[in-house]
Amino acid sequence: MNSTDIDIELARYSDWAFTSSVVVLVLALLLLAVELAYSRGRKVEARELVGVGADSATPGIVTTADTRTVDERIGRAGVALTYVGIALLAACIVLRGVATSRVPWGNMYEFINLTCFSGLVAAAVVLRRPQHRGLWVFVLPPVLVLLTVSGKWLYTHAAPVMPALQSYWLPIHVSVVSLGSGVFLVGGVASVLFLLKMSPLAQRDNGFGRMLARLPDAQLLDRIAYRTTIFAFPVFGFGVIFGAIWAEEAWGRYWGWDPKETVSFIAWVVYAAYLHARSTAGWRDKKAAWINVVGFIAMIFNLFFINLVTVGLHSYAGV
Amino acid sequence: MSVFTKTWALIRNTWRTLTSMGTALVLLFLLALAAIPGALLPQRSLNAAKVDEYLVEHPTLGPWLDRVQAFDVFSSFWFTSIYMLLFISLVGCLTPRLAEHIKSLRAVPVPAPRNLSRLPKHHEAEVAGEPGELAASIDGRLKGWRRTIRTDGDVTEISAEKGYLREFGNIVFHFSLLGLLVAIAAGKLFGYEGNVIVIADGGPGFCSASPAAFDSFRAGNTVDGTSLYPICVKVNDFDADYLPSGQAVTFAANIEYQAGADLERNSWNDYRLEVNHPLRVGGDRVYLQGHGYAPTFTVIFPDGQTRTSTVQWRPDDPLTLLSSGVIRVDPPAGTYPDPDERRRQQIAIQGLFAPTEFLEGTLLSSSFPALNKPAVAVDIYRGDAGLDTGRPQSIFDLDPRLIGQGRLNREARVNLGVGEEKRLEDGTTIRFDGAVPFINLQVSHDPAQIWVLVFSLTMMAGLVVSLVVRRRRIWVRMTPAPAGTVSVELGGLARTDNSGWGDEFERLTDRLLTDGGRHS
Repeated sequence: MNSTDIDIELARYSDWAFTSSVVVLVLALLLLAVELAYSRGRKVEARELVGVGADSATPGIVTTADTRTVDERIGRAGVALTYVGIALLAACIVLRGVATSRVPWGNMYEFINLTCFSGLVAAAVVLRRPQHRGLWVFVLPPVLVLLTVSGKWLYTHAAPVMPALQSYWLPIHVSVVSLGSGVFLVGGVASVLFLLKMSPLAQRDNGFGRMLARLPDAQLLDRIAYRTTIFAFPVFGFGVIFGAIWAEEAWGRYWGWDPKETVSFIAWVVYAAYLHARSTAGWRDKKAAWINVVGFIAMIFNLFFINLVTVGLHSYAGV
Repeated sequence: MSVFTKTWALIRNTWRTLTSMGTALVLLFLLALAAIPGALLPQRSLNAAKVDEYLVEHPTLGPWLDRVQAFDVFSSFWFTSIYMLLFISLVGCLTPRLAEHIKSLRAVPVPAPRNLSRLPKHHEAEVAGEPGELAASIDGRLKGWRRTIRTDGDVTEISAEKGYLREFGNIVFHFSLLGLLVAIAAGKLFGYEGNVIVIADGGPGFCSASPAAFDSFRAGNTVDGTSLYPICVKVNDFDADYLPSGQAVTFAANIEYQAGADLERNSWNDYRLEVNHPLRVGGDRVYLQGHGYAPTFTVIFPDGQTRTSTVQWRPDDPLTLLSSGVIRVDPPAGTYPDPDERRRQQIAIQGLFAPTEFLEGTLLSSSFPALNKPAVAVDIYRGDAGLDTGRPQSIFDLDPRLIGQGRLNREARVNLGVGEEKRLEDGTTIRFDGAVPFINLQVSHDPAQIWVLVFSLTMMAGLVVSLVVRRRRIWVRMTPAPAGTVSVELGGLARTDNSGWGDEFERLTDRLLTDGGRHS
């Protein structure tokens, strides 16, 4: 699984796919933000109801198919571009893998790309309904920040991985952890929006307040946060356990309180607290959401601070 | 109130508070919070040298942090008390729930509330048929639910409930956590691990029969070192492949080992020891944990006698393997009849070793980790090298006190390539012969680690079950209506995970009432 032959040509295509993906996602974000900022209230939903009537072929109701407003078209184009961006990121990851003949998550650059991809796919699944479209405006910025940091500061040339990473646990452990982290990211954003929606900010009659008012209602946001978190919690837990099994094989112990292990433990405990809070009277709404946000911060901290600042066994490829 | 009643009330209230969910939440938070210094501050268990460095750099803050065990977070009294309280709270909370769950396994679903339309989900329908037949049919369609049929006059009621596994999963998860903690503790009590450096030249190697065979040895409280599992290891060679950038691609050592019956037969087994491929033998594991170089020097004394020594040097730069260390050589026996005089004539060679020489002027550094052009830059000392001081000392550094006291004097400072030599004033010649790789082996023993794995898997299984299974209750009330129809009333209650219950209930009513409840 580790070849020293690198296909430079393919690696370059992978880099192009990465850059295109970032550019396309930025464009998508702009379009979606325009729709969220300028769409006029609840009109969109009213029209959709009529549309449903037409689909069910009820006699007597005739609707012209193409009466979408400009901002709705812009929003739809934004979502379409987002899907294109996700596909380009997938191409970037796959081409890396083919170019290096190994799984394409052997260093921080590749790992963050994979985590962002997981987050985007999770968001695409959760936000598949048109009325959730506005939430993309809040999912894309953290992803774009991660991708920019990854591409600008953590970029690593396509190369074989170091001996410690040459294990069949690399594809298993890293992909599972990325999936968990990516899905936690979506849940974290939903909880942040839930808190904003519940805060006095949402009542104000300024641009931000009106924009918050256009988002799906607080209950739905809370449900998205909960659903994504109960999915990500066991996935991430399995990721940590696979990591422990690998650590036993590679480092001589299953758990050694390496900084990365410690912060993963912290994040997992925080998410466990979130799940308990959800089933405890008096903690359900805002307090639980705050806990989820703390978990989100712990995950981000784990991704950046621990890998890039502290020196531990998870510091790879010179970063 | 008597003192006894008061005390009892206090104990009872403390116990209730401790086992409440709010307290568990606070303890979970404290646990997460308490672990943070473990990630941010250097920890003795990981790197004791880093802790010493931190203490030197922070002379005021450091000792205070040390006093509150901030450098031993995971064995500190406060971390231990938090998780012990958490586990007591867990047992206190879970034991009654376990009892209740066992009771509920035999319980019959509760009768329907009088007014089903007050339930969150409610549905009414008129169905053609006869109540008894309809009840049997609906009952058949509720396969997988625990259900019971009650009749009262001409009214028939079905109560059904499902999702008992959720609580079961929940209990399995929490008790597995407890098992996990016990298994980890057992491993810490009965386990040990030792590190040893072995030069990869097919030499005698080492046997893990006593802690003395190791360079460093960490053992659990019950391990006194008398009953270690004996494994003998010889290291024949070590290969490392590197990319042109210096990044390593493979590390592998060809070793021979004997354990168990091999020791009596004196037969050796071959093994290729690699990173990620430890040798597992007799419940113990042998790991390849690091490597470096051991330079060889020959000292030719004025009378023509020679002494050759190969000693591991410490890799200072993990990327280029620029290493530093020292070699101490005693003059040959008989040269100096007076032991004091002999002690003053020891030779010590201290300095840097580069596997691939890179010179800036005379300053030596290394440009590549492989043995392409080995070179050393050393100071040669004569005097008391510290071999006979009886004090424990680093094998990588000379004791600076010996130099400070003038007992060890520098005779020369030279750069040497392979085969090059330096002649001192009295005719003693020091030759650099080259270097051989050494490897750092770790022998680990943890009899409980398999249980740690078992409990983490049952824990995850319990968790997944408790998150996936949902608790649902429904009631169906059938009352005869005129003209051969039955009036059916359904009510439903989601005991957990309300989200999605609306659709689920609609699908369920559809399924139960299609074709008037009759199988088509």
